[in-house]
Amino acid sequence: MDANANMHLTLNVWRQKNNSTEGGFETYEVSDVSPDMSFLEMLDVLNERLVHEGKEPIAFDHDCREGICGSCSMYINGRPHGPLKGVATCQLHMRTFKSGDTIAIEPWRAVAFPVLKDLVTDRSAFDRIIASGGFVSVNTGNARDANSLPVAKENADDAFMAASCIGCGACVAACKNSSAMLFVSAKISQLALLPQGQAERKIRAEKMVAQMDAEGFGACSNTGACSAECPKEISLDTIARTNREYLGAKLTSSVV
Amino acid sequence: MATSPLLDAKIPAGPLEEKWNRYRSSVPLVNPANKRRLEIIVVGTGLAGASAAATLAELGYKVKAFCFQDSPRRAHSIAAQGGINAAKNYQNDGDSVYRLFYDTVKGGDYRSRESNVYRLAEVSGSIIDQCVAQGVPFAREYGGLLSNRSFGGVQVQRTFYAAGQTGQQLLLGAYSALERQVGIGAVKMYSRHEMLDIVMIDGKCRGIIARNMVTGELERHAGHAVLICSGGYGNVFYLSTNAMGSNATAAWKAHKRGAFFGNPCFTQIHPTCIPVSGEHQSKLTLMSESLRNDGRIWVPKKQNDNRNPNAIPEDERDYYLERRYPAFGNLVPRDIASRAAKERCDAGYGVGPSKMAVYLDYTSAIERYGRAEANKNNLFNATPEQIIQMGKAVVKEKYGNLFDMYKQITGEDPYEVPMRIYPAVHYTMGGIWVDYNLMTTVPGLYALGEANFSDHGANRLGASALMQGLADGYFVIPYTIGAYLANEIRSGDISTNHEAFVRTEQEVKERIEKLLSINGKTSPEQFHRRLGKIMWDKCGMARNAEGLKEAIQEIRALRKEFWSDLRVVGTANELNPELDRAGRVADFIELGELMCLDALNRNESCGGHFREEFQTEDGEALRDDENYMYVAAWQYLGESQWELHKEDLVYENIKIAQRSYK
Ligand SMILES: Cc1cc2nc3c(=O)[nH]c(=O)nc-3n(C[C@H](O)[C@H](O)[C@H](O)COP(=O)(O)OP(=O)(O)OC[C@H]3O[C@@H](n4cnc5c(N)ncnc54)[C@H](O)[C@@H]3O)c2cc1C
Ligand code: SF4
Ligand code: FES
Repeated sequence: MDANANMHLTLNVWRQKNNSTEGGFETYEVSDVSPDMSFLEMLDVLNERLVHEGKEPIAFDHDCREGICGSCSMYINGRPHGPLKGVATCQLHMRTFKSGDTIAIEPWRAVAFPVLKDLVTDRSAFDRIIASGGFVSVNTGNARDANSLPVAKENADDAFMAASCIGCGACVAACKNSSAMLFVSAKISQLALLPQGQAERKIRAEKMVAQMDAEGFGACSNTGACSAECPKEISLDTIARTNREYLGAKLTSSVV
Repeated sequence: MATSPLLDAKIPAGPLEEKWNRYRSSVPLVNPANKRRLEIIVVGTGLAGASAAATLAELGYKVKAFCFQDSPRRAHSIAAQGGINAAKNYQNDGDSVYRLFYDTVKGGDYRSRESNVYRLAEVSGSIIDQCVAQGVPFAREYGGLLSNRSFGGVQVQRTFYAAGQTGQQLLLGAYSALERQVGIGAVKMYSRHEMLDIVMIDGKCRGIIARNMVTGELERHAGHAVLICSGGYGNVFYLSTNAMGSNATAAWKAHKRGAFFGNPCFTQIHPTCIPVSGEHQSKLTLMSESLRNDGRIWVPKKQNDNRNPNAIPEDERDYYLERRYPAFGNLVPRDIASRAAKERCDAGYGVGPSKMAVYLDYTSAIERYGRAEANKNNLFNATPEQIIQMGKAVVKEKYGNLFDMYKQITGEDPYEVPMRIYPAVHYTMGGIWVDYNLMTTVPGLYALGEANFSDHGANRLGASALMQGLADGYFVIPYTIGAYLANEIRSGDISTNHEAFVRTEQEVKERIEKLLSINGKTSPEQFHRRLGKIMWDKCGMARNAEGLKEAIQEIRALRKEFWSDLRVVGTANELNPELDRAGRVADFIELGELMCLDALNRNESCGGHFREEFQTEDGEALRDDENYMYVAAWQYLGESQWELHKEDLVYENIKIAQRSYK
């Protein structure tokens, strides 16, 4: 055990067997938590104990544990990814908490993200939104020399900022309407800012927004909770840009 | 020596520079109508798999793609930080296809196949073109052109990047190309699916058995070809920079069904990772090699120096890489930088609480950049504080996300105090043996990306894995697969009711039942941890014959214990991460044994494989070209039994030398 493992915590964790059964909170006491542990390592320790006791460990999505794959996804004390701004759950460390704290842990709550088990949800709706238009239609082998297409540095930088979305779904989880507008806008903005994205600019905005609606995400009421909770701090400007793109597209729409 | 008759690399004839072009224009084609009737299964949708699946679908093949994450966008490739190489020579600094080829073969310590590496260098430029066309937002200069940085083991600037998130941007590019094909129905995507075996019919690979990880259902999928793009196996060491889910299962199942495993002991230990902080540690975090562009690595000149690093004066610091390797300095290849760090720590010069760390210092870079900014902005009287502030801003733009990550994990601010770093397992050069077409020793079964053994020899250069994954997927397999599929157009649909599918599914089912029925006391996690410790201690950064022999015995004992004392809670018919883990750990244990066997067989040091018995006087790796200039390809014969086959490496276009970076 770690020499400095000295924190004690009470966890209220959402447990749900599968999509067709009802879930509920269960309470666990964990001690010997080190402030250097990540939040997920703290759950690992609890899970090891549960397995040892012959109980099912808490299921949660995770993979890179570096804040980049977007797998980890949970409310920590009511906030997507917990209390720190710009930090995904896997990068949250226990030094953020105090010994004696009680922490509530829940899966994303949104109609479009059904719970599969415990903290694991189905976010495949995001893939379908990308499949509807979140790309540049260019087949392999058709590209011209990369430097034949200069891009102003500010545009490249802004496009990169938008493209850094990790597809975690915290924006949806943070929104009282469960809108996916920030996720969708991040992709629309990235491609609208680049010359490569121009040809399909209108149709992309229309199709992605239509798919978002079809998946059961709610409408955007510009509250800004999404951007405040986004671990990559995707800016609300992307939403403003998308609204312009979408309106522009609708005015000249060929899609019905 | 002579190459084993079972290992025909199918290298096209002709001069090196013309092999690929000529071959590409002579490879049999499959006409569009026939492509629609041919099904290809792609296991894994990281850079290699996503690029392959998208491109093959664009060409008209029917494609099914599988990944174990909930979305293809989350493959481990997403975490790659530093960059991707290409011989574009945009910096006009003397780069060329030949130089990239040469650097890669030399960096790999002359243990890779010339023809494959040359092809990789040849297609590297097209990768950048393709990614830019997809809208990948690479870093750019003010003039709007692409920016480059340097990576280890080379003296030109050929690395393209997107801040410290290059893998993310490249994967999202490949993912969007893949989703575009999913959207039009050309690819059927199976997320949260794990391939658990391949199916062999009449000596050819004809499909896979996969488990739906949400319902637990076993599924049969038939295909005329199967592509294993399942990534590397660094997690055999338990602690590594790989994602938690990265595993060897797909590659290992293929191996057990006849695919030879190439150079399994070739592991890359990356020099700059955040050191272990305690027992709870679940994975290690990389601090990108790009940081060595600007950071300087040092330890105190005095042993056990506990002073705050900022209080240690310049002349009491040992910049040991600059001292030992003046020509390449902090940019020596990874294997060399890692061993040098271990040497200093073992000798008692390490820093930090565990003393198993060295400093990576940004002070001079911050000052240098600050001064350049001041000049650029005509601030000729800037104060030292202003200079430092401007310098920090530049460093933030280049490496901001890495600095933030370091701070998040360690609680220390690297803009103020030097980072503490230590080597960690990062990448596996070994993998499934493939020929020039990327086909394994099993007809119809291919391996791409980190899962194959091909291009990096005994040590991979930084920023070359992303290049290889995308080369394999976008530009190699779409052509080479024709050589096989052109003969499959008459095969027709493959029935999943075939006896081989039924039997293989049954075998998979029995194994799952076995894992669940042992009912012992020890979790998969505990077994994994113990395997990792054996591997790190005895088959890690330094190896010797005695230790390797012990390791083999210990691993066999561990395997026995695993199959008699494993505890897996939950059932087979539900989402059960414990069960997933148990199956993967079982495979890691077997692979670990083979890695030790391979390391024991290779009585030389080369690249990342350092046998303590074989070193020069000043501690550098000592190769034995006469006896070991071959690829060791292992054939599985049964539990703990393998036969070694050798593929001789022939260098016709490169002069073999002792690698020197001094
Ligand atoms: C932290 C880090 C940073 C790195 N930075 C760089 C860098 O800057 N430059 C560079 O060139 N390289 C870098 N690398 C190396 C590089 O990222 C990898 O080698 C490369 O991304 C591997 O790509 P891949 O497509 O082969 O495999 P992966 O991206 O690992 O993808 C594997 C795929 O296989 C699937 N899979 C695996 N097993 C199964 C199964 N049984 N059934 C179904 N699906 C399965 C997974 O779901 C996934 O989709 C880095 C590596 C690490 C760890
Ligand atoms: S916009 Fe932010 S919160 Fe939403 S999916 Fe992307 S990274 Fe997550
Ligand atoms: S586990 Fe990958 S972002 Fe958290």
